[in-house]
Amino acid sequence: MKNPHEPAQSLETIKPHKEEHRRQPSRREFLVNGTKAAAGIGVAALLGNLGQWALSYAADKEPIKIGVLHSLSGTMAISEVSLRDVVLMAVEEINAKGGVLGRPLKPVVVDPASNWDLFAEKAKQLLVQDKVAVVFGCWTSVSRKSVLPVFEKNNGLLFYPVQYEGEECSHNVFYTGAAVNQQAVPAVEYLMSKEGGAYKKFYLLGTDYVYPRTTNKILRAMLLAKKVPAANIMEEYTPFHHQDYQTIVGKIKKFAAGGGACVISTINGDSNVPFYKEFANQGLRAEDAPIMAFSVAEDELRGMDTTALVGHLAAWNYYQSVDTAHNKQFVSNFKAYCKKNNLPDGDKRVTDDPIEAAYFGVHVWKQAVEKAGKTDVDAVRKSVYGQKFLAPGGEIMMDEANHHTHKPVLIGEILKDGQFKEVWRSKGLVKPEPWSEYTNPEKGCDWVKHQGTYKKT
Amino acid sequence: MNATAFFLAALTIAVALAQVETARADAPSGTARSPAVGQALADLGSREDAVREGAARLLIKEADESLLPALEQMRTDGDRSLRMAIKPVADAIRNRAKLRDADPDIRRSAANDLGSSGLTEAIPWLEQAAAGETHRWARYTMQEAAALLRLASPDPTAKLAAASVLGELRSQNAVPALKELAQRATESGPDPDQKRVELAAADALERIETWSAWSTAIETIFRGISLSSILLIMSLGLAVVFGLMGVINMAHGELMMVGAYTTFVMQACFKAYLPTEWFDQYFLAAMPAAFLTAALVGLVLEMTIIRFLYGRPLETMLATWGVSLIFIQTARVYFGDLTSVTAPTWLNGGAQAMVGVYLPYNRLFIIVLSTICVVAIYLLLFRSGLGLRVRAVTQNRSMSACLGIPTRKVDAYTFAFGSGLAGIAGWALTLVGNVEPGLGQNYIVDSFMVVVTGGVGKLAGTIVASLGIGGLNKLLEPSMGAVYAKVLILVFVILFLQRRPSGLFAVKGRHADA
Repeated sequence: MKNPHEPAQSLETIKPHKEEHRRQPSRREFLVNGTKAAAGIGVAALLGNLGQWALSYAADKEPIKIGVLHSLSGTMAISEVSLRDVVLMAVEEINAKGGVLGRPLKPVVVDPASNWDLFAEKAKQLLVQDKVAVVFGCWTSVSRKSVLPVFEKNNGLLFYPVQYEGEECSHNVFYTGAAVNQQAVPAVEYLMSKEGGAYKKFYLLGTDYVYPRTTNKILRAMLLAKKVPAANIMEEYTPFHHQDYQTIVGKIKKFAAGGGACVISTINGDSNVPFYKEFANQGLRAEDAPIMAFSVAEDELRGMDTTALVGHLAAWNYYQSVDTAHNKQFVSNFKAYCKKNNLPDGDKRVTDDPIEAAYFGVHVWKQAVEKAGKTDVDAVRKSVYGQKFLAPGGEIMMDEANHHTHKPVLIGEILKDGQFKEVWRSKGLVKPEPWSEYTNPEKGCDWVKHQGTYKKT
Repeated sequence: MNATAFFLAALTIAVALAQVETARADAPSGTARSPAVGQALADLGSREDAVREGAARLLIKEADESLLPALEQMRTDGDRSLRMAIKPVADAIRNRAKLRDADPDIRRSAANDLGSSGLTEAIPWLEQAAAGETHRWARYTMQEAAALLRLASPDPTAKLAAASVLGELRSQNAVPALKELAQRATESGPDPDQKRVELAAADALERIETWSAWSTAIETIFRGISLSSILLIMSLGLAVVFGLMGVINMAHGELMMVGAYTTFVMQACFKAYLPTEWFDQYFLAAMPAAFLTAALVGLVLEMTIIRFLYGRPLETMLATWGVSLIFIQTARVYFGDLTSVTAPTWLNGGAQAMVGVYLPYNRLFIIVLSTICVVAIYLLLFRSGLGLRVRAVTQNRSMSACLGIPTRKVDAYTFAFGSGLAGIAGWALTLVGNVEPGLGQNYIVDSFMVVVTGGVGKLAGTIVASLGIGGLNKLLEPSMGAVYAKVLILVFVILFLQRRPSGLFAVKGRHADA
């Protein structure tokens, strides 16, 4: 509350000053003031010129706003915070080299707090209120599904950096993570090959939600198509945060008796530790029945006790251990960035597949904007098609039409220090197929010759 | 060995490892190889499959450990086909060496690998090792592996013997192979030898399957007990706080989390300040620490919040729920999202009770621990002065006060004790789960379910309810799957509470609804 007496008081205090100003200036004062004024005008004119030049320069230099839509709190924060960090690092790199089209990038970071409704709300805020040119964000499939209508309605552009279940083909999303045929399918093919151990029995185990269910549907169709008898495929789901894996591991033990069995795990989050612990404690070894995981990467292993996980497998498109000078530079840059900005764990941070995908997403968008010469979504979209970039894990290519990314597939073995040893790598890049040939052979995704999802003839 | 042969051997090896520039010190000295071995080493790189396989067979038969460095060198330098050819050879040689390892677990896993490798050369190794084996389960695995390899041999008498041995051993690993043999019975011709083998296989299969049904039953019972013990240890603290004091403490799960993080901090301290050989002891040291920390947190909680809300269950519920959120966020800010507790080595792995029944040590430990806790609570409540006062205050607060019992103090102690029990639960749960801020949330619903089903205020009710819910869950899970088993349990609990609203063991008497 304002004091009601205040205005009266201040009026009174002002009065004497006004009286003073009405006093006639002396001759000397007039001269001094005149000189000052003349000098002032000169300086002002000079500054004005400079200012005008600076102003015309600044109009070009007005920053381009980009949105960062990752959960910074709640259950998904553990994974998504790293993606925000790497996006900001990419932005810093780009700005240090003069920005995009000579304009700096200005990130607008929002926190949807692992809440799916809030994702849609924040996406709308970024697109309508902040008018960002592009958004980098989302992790879970449910968050992506909830922002999808917002991006489509407002013609926004989203770069989505995480492997996912496919069966989607949006005009407004670029998928820099893997489609099912770039992760799950080659991983199972590897396990079936002589080199991978020629496994014959498959236990598909996942957490009960859309990604594991869809992935396992595709894998089952694929295994059946490859003449694996239905009796040799088991499928099982557990609720989120499931802790008691005794019965399931017991089942796996019976299933694996006699050899030739492997586990395909799409278990998510905090259920992984109890599962792997129980697996080891019931006397199962990675040699008897390896677990091939699609949701365990370096960033998750960072906080886990890895003793029970050593020797098991994972399939991704990138590992921190990729042995190239380019990747080593990226890893040390990321660690240095985290340390410099006092982020938790500093230089003990690691990189992994989604981090790499989020990172090169920013650079791909930058290249596309430079090719298009403007930030307009429709123009940028067209120039993303076929864009190539030397990502930390090796060169990648955006597809010519289906909004997904051509990437290499890597199978890795978990080591004691939470890193992966590459045991297999695909020959060249694998073309992404948002609609799996096993479950939806008649569907395709093409935004150049068709309008998105189309029926193959 | 004469000098010519020696030089010949050395020369052949030199040719075989032409691409290997590194001089191997061990080759010319002492253990000179026969020309055949040298030739085989060279043949491993051959383009022809038959030559390669022959060479591999020969090397496996030889199984000379001194070959390993040479093979390893070839493996790192060679191309993919060479690496693929070398792997089974090196594995076989390595596994043979491991059969003599000091650690029975390593002997066992080596025997297991040889059994599934299909190498008939390994049969004498395994039998020889089994004869001198002292560890029961290592011997079992060796015998099983040898029989499995014999079962794959073409000789019908060997097959017959192997099938009966496997039946004797109740080998679960033999089921697929035996099934295949038995299957052939229906398709095969009149060959009598073949027929006998098939009959023996079918016979063995039946024995194994009967046994497997029994072992599954035993394992299910064990799993039920294990889950019950986990439920029990989670609910004991709540049974004291909610059951005796009537406080609905939504932050109970977070007190478990406090216990779990105390264990984590203890581990970090041991890692940082004490010699590594003491590391395994951190777990024992963490128990009193977890109890005391959680009890202290509980005491502060009681004195600052809950004390003012006695007799107002709704407000208590909301307030403690708020407290739980504060705890979760604090843990997230201080410790991050995933922190791991490494189980001490003596709690890793498990004991094999009989064929096909494996009892993990960490679960056995929790079963024992929860039994000890129950006994301790019983003694404290029914055999000590403090327990007498607690019961008196629970039954009639004003009368107890009149008789000079400091009811406020008793409340505070009881709450702290219940919280300490939650801390112990958190400490024990680090053995099976992970340590994360949301840890308590995973368990709180189950704990309330157990206490309410058992009957509020009755220790025996909590025990019986946890056994019932745990057992039923494990009984349903194999056939229903984890998701539906959980749903069905909840339905059962709801129906049960409809029928008996005050739980299994209702408190009877006039003060029951007070």
